[in-house]
Amino acid sequence: MTSERSVKVRNGFHQAKWDEELLFELHKPGERGLVVAPVEPGIAAEVGDGLSALPAALVRQQAPALPEIGQMRVLKHFLRLSQENLGGDLNIDIGQGTCTMKYNPKINDALAADPRMAKLHPLQDPSTVQGALEILHSLDLYLREISGMDRFSLQPASGSSAILNMVSIIQAYHASRADGQTRDEMITTIFSHPSDAAAAAVKGYKVITLLQNEDGLPTLEDLKRAVGPRTAGLLITNPEDTGIFNPQIQAFVRAVHEVGGLCGYDQANANGILGITRAVDAGFDMCFFNLHKTFGTPHGCGGPAGGALGVTQALAPFLPVPVVEFDGHRYSLNADLPQSIGKTRAYYGTAQVALKAYAWIRALGAEGLREVAEVAVLNNNYMLAKICRIRGASAPYAKGRDRIEQVRYSWEQLYKDTGVTTEDIALRMADFGMHLWSSHHPFIVPQPFTVEPTESYSKEELDEYLAVLSQVSAEAYRDPQLVKTAPHRSVCHRIDPGPFDDPKRWAITWRLYQRKMK
Amino acid sequence: MAERERPGHPYIPNSAPAVKAAMLDEIHCGSIEELYADIPESLRFRGRMNIPPALAAESQLRQHVEAILTRNTSCAQATNFLGAGCYNHYVPAICDEIGRRSEFLTAYAGEPYEDFGRFQVLWEYQSLMAELLDMDVCNVPTYDWFQAASTSIRMAGRYTGRRRALVAANISPDRLQSIRNYCEPVMEIKMIGSDRTGLLDLEALDANLDDSVATVYFENPGYLGGLESRGQRIAGLTHACGALLVVGADPSSLGVLAPPSSYGADLVCGDIQSLGNHMNFGGGMGGFIACRDEEKLIMEYPSRLFGISRTEVPGEFGFGDVAYDRTSFAHREHGKEFIGTAAALHGITAAVYLALMGPGGMRDLGVHLLQKAQYLSRRLATLPGVRAPGLDAPFFKEFVVDFNLTGCTVAEINQALLKHDIFGGKDLSAEFPALGQSALYCVTELVSQQEIDRFISILGTILGGK
Repeated sequence: MTSERSVKVRNGFHQAKWDEELLFELHKPGERGLVVAPVEPGIAAEVGDGLSALPAALVRQQAPALPEIGQMRVLKHFLRLSQENLGGDLNIDIGQGTCTMKYNPKINDALAADPRMAKLHPLQDPSTVQGALEILHSLDLYLREISGMDRFSLQPASGSSAILNMVSIIQAYHASRADGQTRDEMITTIFSHPSDAAAAAVKGYKVITLLQNEDGLPTLEDLKRAVGPRTAGLLITNPEDTGIFNPQIQAFVRAVHEVGGLCGYDQANANGILGITRAVDAGFDMCFFNLHKTFGTPHGCGGPAGGALGVTQALAPFLPVPVVEFDGHRYSLNADLPQSIGKTRAYYGTAQVALKAYAWIRALGAEGLREVAEVAVLNNNYMLAKICRIRGASAPYAKGRDRIEQVRYSWEQLYKDTGVTTEDIALRMADFGMHLWSSHHPFIVPQPFTVEPTESYSKEELDEYLAVLSQVSAEAYRDPQLVKTAPHRSVCHRIDPGPFDDPKRWAITWRLYQRKMK
Repeated sequence: MAERERPGHPYIPNSAPAVKAAMLDEIHCGSIEELYADIPESLRFRGRMNIPPALAAESQLRQHVEAILTRNTSCAQATNFLGAGCYNHYVPAICDEIGRRSEFLTAYAGEPYEDFGRFQVLWEYQSLMAELLDMDVCNVPTYDWFQAASTSIRMAGRYTGRRRALVAANISPDRLQSIRNYCEPVMEIKMIGSDRTGLLDLEALDANLDDSVATVYFENPGYLGGLESRGQRIAGLTHACGALLVVGADPSSLGVLAPPSSYGADLVCGDIQSLGNHMNFGGGMGGFIACRDEEKLIMEYPSRLFGISRTEVPGEFGFGDVAYDRTSFAHREHGKEFIGTAAALHGITAAVYLALMGPGGMRDLGVHLLQKAQYLSRRLATLPGVRAPGLDAPFFKEFVVDFNLTGCTVAEINQALLKHDIFGGKDLSAEFPALGQSALYCVTELVSQQEIDRFISILGTILGGK
């Protein structure tokens, strides 16, 4: 037995390809996937058919044209579609930078599926949900430790939702000081998530976006030119999506505070700094964590997720309601916060996601959290050193400096040399069971790609990803057509984007497909 | 004997010291600490986080969490009459089977070339919802009904170029708070009162409609359970002043109830938790927004909209984002509202549910709920002092129960019921003071006649003892 696992490029890989029908094509009149129990005879005898009690205008005249399909065929259809989805468990999913695609422990899913969690109604008497409230409260306490903030709400449903909450709190805070009318500007940076800008605009703010310097960072000079009596606040990530930490962040926060603004820390990129540096140390008034990124809960193809929002004591009165209280004996829900921004999501957030995050933290403890951060940073800088040696690839900005948990790279040189784009490379990576993402728009970095290895992958798996990247780069130089016509071993070949932007041809549903494409 | 090395953490394969050393060596770095050189010492946290020691053994973790969960009593252990936006409907086994598939559960933002399945299944979800709602278009799920209603109102505002929204006052107060938070200050929310049946006051509506109004929003069934049969008239009034009609609907009702599109709704929104998703203490929600195939309206969606296309190989389908340029992903603050992670997995589960149910299942479910709710209402009305339904409008699976003449508060009644493992209906006394001591009762197909009869007997005793 050798002590090394082998690193290989899976040239024999092919994704599952079932040529599965569209669901509606499986329709066969008379088939049934599920039977609904009829009411008991005693009920029917008492009330009749139920429908007669309604005015005719309320009764549906034509049954919905849902397909009729037997149960096993329904199962098979969706199982086949699931096999045509790679997902994180089968992938070396480090090419989706900014999203922290780490391992989602199966035990946490099993615990969340427990009926004593899954089958809880949110309006049950608090005495019957003490366990659920304990989990929400304990998670709040742990997140306080990690961030230094004074109180968390788990109500926001995602990162973007948490951003909206921060903006709402900023607005309510200034309004409470009769300062709201004049403060109509929100500042963010180009390498912060698009929602930092977009959610501010939803609440009516004019958005000022700071651009990057040669180190990839916004400058203090630009910020000082931007701030003033109209500044409501600053929404910023750190490290930004380049993986570069802004060492002047304290001065940024101070500059905004000096003009009376508030500072909200978008901690989507927290995976490399758990236990290393805290929001409170930089002076932030608020922060949020994506439970589905940093805290190991699954992404579910795009949710359910969790955006845990933390604030300082001064802003705690503005949190969405209810908040969970603990008096040392009993947990309760408190909706009596007169200055609250109200509600932003139904009930208390995604409790099942909170449970998974709670279990993840408990499995690691304080030392484990720090180990997560350190290994994620080690893995990332290992990848940085190796990717920069791949022909045609580079890491713009801050030459020679280390990154935190991810890197925004560029295929600019490869594109100039071969005409092969990041998108071409991404499509070729699919032939090896892997994913490569470019970046958020706008593409400040030419031909961008973003890699975030997290703590979850072994060195051999990182090496496998590197070997595939190297091979695809070599293919681009040797045989660019091979890459430009990829994928060759995927579920489908290159998709005609024409119908997506043409109202005459777009088919968002089966009925539009029948009308326009058949 | 040398001290045994601590085992590495199962979630962190490279935590073995030898692996770390080898990796550091390869990148010519002396220590991990050096990699944090950009973080100034003034920002470094040198304390200790007060978090309990690791439960690295999975068996310990399971025992620990399960011990906490024993302090919950689930709806599977009780008779539940709570609804009010979150419903204990039956979840078919196949919904769990697919909703827990690792390939869907752990995927995120892949393209159709590696995550083809999620594009097809979410396109099928949009398609199934469109049939159920009798609309052309439905979005990839947003967070919940709260968000779907808020965004529908904002869409109507942009579509019409107007700022006022008229909202039926019989809405859930929580949902209203959320709409206010999301829509203000860009839009002005004006409430329209209810008539004595708890439904929209049409005279008040008419008096408030003018060419500054972007939209009229009401829910059918309403939060208090009432069914609005004057949809066509409301649509007529709304359209006459150039506004859009937005209707919130319960998808579990649409096998039997007329879809809002049939009486003129321009946008329909609501929640898909009822469609095969577990309640999860309120975490099982997912919002939908549907409309007709009109470019101008579709271009106002902030949501993902997946479309179907062909590939370069004949006979092959492909999928992708329709009109991506609308979104904040494409244009940050210049996109429509914002888009991010929401509730896609709940959409996948809802697709499985609707595929299983078909038109017959949805009809049978609707009939079942109507019958059972009517039965519960009749049985309640036999109790002295209890008025059920408490409002005169017809209802679907929920209705108000008026306890004002019993001399008992809803809180007292619910505490007494709890001793018998019965979760009484939602206390409305704080949310709707005008209703006094009233509660919102809900049935699903999981409450049996036997449980209802037992409940009536126990409630009779509770009220009789007063």
